[in-house]
Amino acid sequence: MSGEAAVFARGLTRRFGDFTAVESLDLEVAGGEIFGFLGANGAGKTTAIRMLCGLLPPSGGEARVAGCRVGRDTGALKRRIGYMSQRFSLYEDLTVLENLEFFGGVYGLGRAELAARADELLPRLGLDAERGRLTGSLPLGYKQRLSLGCALAHRPRVLFLDEPTGGVDPVARRGFWDLIYEQAADGVTVFVTTHYMDEAEYCGRVSIMVQGRVVALDTPSGLKARTGGVDMQDVFLRLVDA
Amino acid sequence: MNAADGMSGAAIRVEGLRKSYGGRAAVRGLDLAVAPGRICGLIGPDGAGKTTTMRIVCGLLRPDAGVARVLGRDSAREPRAVRERLGYMPQRFSLYPDLTVAENLRFFADLFGVPASERVRREAELMEFSRLGPFRQRRAGQLSGGMKQKLALSCTLIHTPEVLVLDEPTTGVDPVSRREFWRILRELAGRGLALLVSTPYMDEAGLCDEVVLMHEGRAIARGTPDEVAATFPRRLLEVRGAGLPAALTILTTSPLPGVKVHRYGDRLHVVHDDAAQADEVARLLANAGVELHPVAPGIEDAFVELMAAPAGGEATP
Ligand SMILES: Nc1ncnc2c1ncn2[C@@H]1O[C@H](COP(=O)(O)OP(=O)(O)OP(=O)(O)O)[C@@H](O)[C@H]1O
Ligand SMILES: [Mg+2]
Repeated sequence: MSGEAAVFARGLTRRFGDFTAVESLDLEVAGGEIFGFLGANGAGKTTAIRMLCGLLPPSGGEARVAGCRVGRDTGALKRRIGYMSQRFSLYEDLTVLENLEFFGGVYGLGRAELAARADELLPRLGLDAERGRLTGSLPLGYKQRLSLGCALAHRPRVLFLDEPTGGVDPVARRGFWDLIYEQAADGVTVFVTTHYMDEAEYCGRVSIMVQGRVVALDTPSGLKARTGGVDMQDVFLRLVDA
Repeated sequence: MNAADGMSGAAIRVEGLRKSYGGRAAVRGLDLAVAPGRICGLIGPDGAGKTTTMRIVCGLLRPDAGVARVLGRDSAREPRAVRERLGYMPQRFSLYPDLTVAENLRFFADLFGVPASERVRREAELMEFSRLGPFRQRRAGQLSGGMKQKLALSCTLIHTPEVLVLDEPTTGVDPVSRREFWRILRELAGRGLALLVSTPYMDEAGLCDEVVLMHEGRAIARGTPDEVAATFPRRLLEVRGAGLPAALTILTTSPLPGVKVHRYGDRLHVVHDDAAQADEVARLLANAGVELHPVAPGIEDAFVELMAAPAGGEATP
């Protein structure tokens, strides 16, 4: 399987009635890459991610993620990917540890395995001291790290993060990106959306989507060179406001 | 400061505000004033007390001590009178998912008693900022996350109250719409509205007339954006260039005592105190393929530094 892209899409399309939310998306993301999937509101990012995660059937095209054919190898796909949704859903009345165990359990991890994974993840997420705390009482930044933990519990090879840092302050965002880098260093492919343009700079490559289509795809410096933008904020404004 | 700008002419005025939930103090003695025509930005980490403060100002929550006044009325005693003259957008605004974009706007316009002619004019302006025009007939439940947020904002801005309180209005909103949205806020301020806005975006904090940085229920810095930036007590070197990843590795694997490194998009900020440290950094990075320049701090530098410091008194410019 060497050389195969971790995320591959060709002609991936999704229509809702006569509205096309994602129009013929072509993508190839390499293993271990941090890929920034940016775009305007309503451009189709969440729709595309939900298709790549096998949560929404495409209207057309094909995709392969972590070696699985999307729409065919559904069980295997679920086990090999992690997904943190835009409105992440933790159980507020469970403790931190219980949430982690619950989500790991969904993926079929056994008791001993879950305990070991929790011992490994909680300190890395900076949540060790909170393991017994009720999730509902945690600040947003903590919940965000816990959702990441839940998406990571089963050691996925590809991680889809849909606006993981929305509403988070600059200090907590840096901490979160440290965690993303750690995952990538471990070989996990990270596919991430964000509306914070400083974070776009932290990605290896970035695509920018407008109205269902990818209008640019390159490294941040490549995009700046091509558009004449001074930073990614400027690049985004130039491409999206055109 | 003239009388209209001073505390006495403030549209929003908060004094000695305190609020605890159970045993946990959320706000511990906060003062704040926003004059008509001004935008005051509330920034701070989660749990700093921003939302609690806003809810008290809007008369939705009673303080344990202190007072919040809106246009001279006590929010705790006369919540109805206050709410008639104030627009509030909570962090979680509920739209009607089964109503279309147009129907939601219409609903809130009616709720606020906006006359039809005014509504039409305003709606056109809001559709422009939000780019929701082509989606007027779509049900709110089927909008993307950012589109929902922009519709919620539009529903809040469909009427023109005298005071606006917006709790993280631009979360999930893309950079183009954020820029347009701030143009609208500035225009509203120009018409004499007083605005209290919380935001996790430091570039937005820079667009406010005054910024209050809250931490653990208190204001730990306040002033114009430049004044808040100037509370940063140390020196900064900016590192840029193709060798940035290498530079970051060097600085994090052989950390210098008292020197901190933060990523800022495509550059690093190296926080230090004296020329000797700056020279040492320059020596370490001599072959890394980067350029170093001393730079003036921004709000984000002050924010990051103040968060790292133990919470104490208020830093004043
Ligand atoms: N179930 C649905 N029915 C109709 N339209 C839908 C449905 N789900 C999504 N859409 C539309 O598809 C488009 C893309 O939505 P999507 O959520 O993928 O955008 P996004 O890029 O994630 O935006 P944001 O940055 O705001 O999160 C939007 O116009 C949205 O209204
Ligand atoms: Mg989305």
